[in-house]
Amino acid sequence: MNFDFSDDQKQLRDEARKFLAGKCPPKAVRAVLDGKEDYDRGLWQDLAEMGFLGVAIPEEFGGAGAGHLELCVIAEEMGRSLAPVPFSSTVYLAAEAILLAGNDAQKRKWLPAIASGKAIGTLALFEGKGNPSPKGIRLTVSGGSLNGTKKPVPDGAIADFAIVAARTGSSGRDSDISLFLVEAKRGGVEAAALANIDPTRGQAELVFRDCKAEALGAAGEGWSILSQLLDRAAVLMAFEQVGGADRALEMGRDYALDRIAFGRPIGSFQAVKHMLADMYVAATLARSNCYYGAWALSTNAPELPEAAAAARISATQAFQLCARNNIQVHGGMGFTWEFDCHLYYRRANATALGLGSLSYWEDALIERMRKKNAA
Amino acid sequence: MNFDDTPQEAEFRATARTWVDANAPKELEAELSRSSLGRIRLRNHDMVAVGKAWQKKKAEGGWACLHWPKEYGGRGATPIERVIWQQEEGVFGKLTQPFQIGEGMCGPTVMAYGSEEHKRHYLPKLASGEHIWCQLFSEPAGGSDVAGLRTRAEKKGGDWVVNGQKIWTSGAHYSDYGLLITRSDPNVPKHKGLTMFFLDMKSKGVEIRPITQANGMQEFNEVYFTDVVIPDHQRLGAVGDGWNVSLTTLMNERMSIGARLATGFPEMFDFCSSLMTEDGPAIDNPATRSKLANWAVKASGLKYTSYRAISALSKGERPGPENSIGKLVAGSMLQDIAAYAMDLEGAAGVFTGAAEEEAGGQFQQMLLSSPSMRIAGGTDEILRNIIAERVLGLPGDIRVDKDVPFNKIPTKGR
Repeated sequence: MNFDFSDDQKQLRDEARKFLAGKCPPKAVRAVLDGKEDYDRGLWQDLAEMGFLGVAIPEEFGGAGAGHLELCVIAEEMGRSLAPVPFSSTVYLAAEAILLAGNDAQKRKWLPAIASGKAIGTLALFEGKGNPSPKGIRLTVSGGSLNGTKKPVPDGAIADFAIVAARTGSSGRDSDISLFLVEAKRGGVEAAALANIDPTRGQAELVFRDCKAEALGAAGEGWSILSQLLDRAAVLMAFEQVGGADRALEMGRDYALDRIAFGRPIGSFQAVKHMLADMYVAATLARSNCYYGAWALSTNAPELPEAAAAARISATQAFQLCARNNIQVHGGMGFTWEFDCHLYYRRANATALGLGSLSYWEDALIERMRKKNAA
Repeated sequence: MNFDDTPQEAEFRATARTWVDANAPKELEAELSRSSLGRIRLRNHDMVAVGKAWQKKKAEGGWACLHWPKEYGGRGATPIERVIWQQEEGVFGKLTQPFQIGEGMCGPTVMAYGSEEHKRHYLPKLASGEHIWCQLFSEPAGGSDVAGLRTRAEKKGGDWVVNGQKIWTSGAHYSDYGLLITRSDPNVPKHKGLTMFFLDMKSKGVEIRPITQANGMQEFNEVYFTDVVIPDHQRLGAVGDGWNVSLTTLMNERMSIGARLATGFPEMFDFCSSLMTEDGPAIDNPATRSKLANWAVKASGLKYTSYRAISALSKGERPGPENSIGKLVAGSMLQDIAAYAMDLEGAAGVFTGAAEEEAGGQFQQMLLSSPSMRIAGGTDEILRNIIAERVLGLPGDIRVDKDVPFNKIPTKGR
């Protein structure tokens, strides 16, 4: 059994960690947090040059052609460093959607642009409150034009193109949904950034008014593609979450070692130790579930839907717990704007929602397990 | 990343599988498969007798304590081969329960500190199941605080005379030998005055009394020592070095207990799939689904954590500290699952045994047994301390009794 990343993949992780420690210190994250920039343009270009944006994009489309295990290790480091760039929307959602369902022309146009950092992409799925569901998609299509509103759209205000889920039927079946690709600069779509709990990653509202769009994938296949896309993105996002969880745990541990109260390091109090031990347990369970997700993703295994849901749930829980307890270990200082704890708290709770909330994935996991058992 | 054996591993697995197929007591397979929690009880067989027969067969085939050196009754197998063996032994591994303390704790301690003569004499018989060993550490005054033990050993001529009481000794009533930690010097701080021995459990002055547990079963014992004489050559390690010797034992305890962990999840998933409530199958209820999903990811998290450890072994590396989480996660999971399964049955959840119609009282038994999972082999709290200190590097707790002579430490709270 070799249920581990290869030495090359571990080396890539070390390289990415070192690179991000230099290029993405907390100061860079705060520049976006404070609204000085909408994302870190310099970092985005550097990531392109490192080959990280196209790591899972085949070479014939301008990528590094490495694979999804490599993308997983980079995702972990992006989460760890809180990189304030549209990585998850562009790489896990837009690029994956095009890889899954795009025609040759679409692949040739967009994948090299993503890999080189020239195009930011996203997925416009949600229309207000609720979790992913065909019923929640009301945006209409007529004569190849889209009309409707999407929100929240991750990085929607800075995206060059969006994959848009639209209603093309009214049968009440999954086949009512089709996907479209919209180019922001061609008009017909208005993007507005909306305030969100994690300003280091933007969320927007996109209003489509007679917006010209091209089909992505076959008509009526939209929901089927989206389901696969969400599973794939769930594994990748879970690695980001595990990276963030580990960093929050380290911050809490370091503070518990340094901070003295009642004449001793607070890390010598069992109440604090046990809180940190619980964080370690959650992060370890999440990491192991993520490894299984990575295996399923990289091999296109039939177990992917179940593995993705387990990774997603476990990583969401771990990041939320670690981020929350990290503030608690820090005490009052953890609740200041100045300390970085809230950056992880914000990210943990924003990433918990983006691809569908915990309750959505819990339900999905049990449904998938039940189907497998029945089969 | 893959789940495949290396060619050597595959060959070893095939050899093990062939041997298990040809030799295992197949007639017990179904009954063993059904029992997932706690000590195994077989309807028509004596567990110890069946276990001894299986262990003997394994020893003759070269499959007993297989990671031990050949001269001590093992096979000289690598850690990954031991894991593969456990996988192939499967449910029949449950039959080895009476020997697990010997194999996992007493044997390694004798191997580390015993004389060559003792090792060659005692270990092969331990490996073959001919002799069963127990571990005599915990005392009424020292459970988590093992070093607070009070059983006295006094040197009289060339021998030691032992007086005191041990508690929570699994299998003492059917054991042939015991690993015993004693206080040889109460005038020095508590960790410094301990000495380790092994002794014949039939020695004069040893009295064993079963403890009836909260779940009504009797699996543990109290062991009383009255002027029990132990020859000095049965001492393990130096006089006063018993604490260090015990660390070897306890390190092995956590590893061996973690090897086969029940979480209760597969049983719970089946139960929720089949249980009909007034609103339909229990598994259709969103609240139930949410709980099941939370347990599912813990169970799969533990499974893949062990796969990571196995992968490290396969590469000839030492597994990381990840496996220390196993018992901590599984213990409270069993308790939570049992309580929720009963909740789903409503008022009828009170019934036990055959009176409980849905699952033969399985979860009620789990409820009553599971508290021990959170205590035995290190309480949840001790395990959290271990993770915090050894994995995360946090400082140890401040010990008020650290530099105090043992006989000056207070013995009453109020």
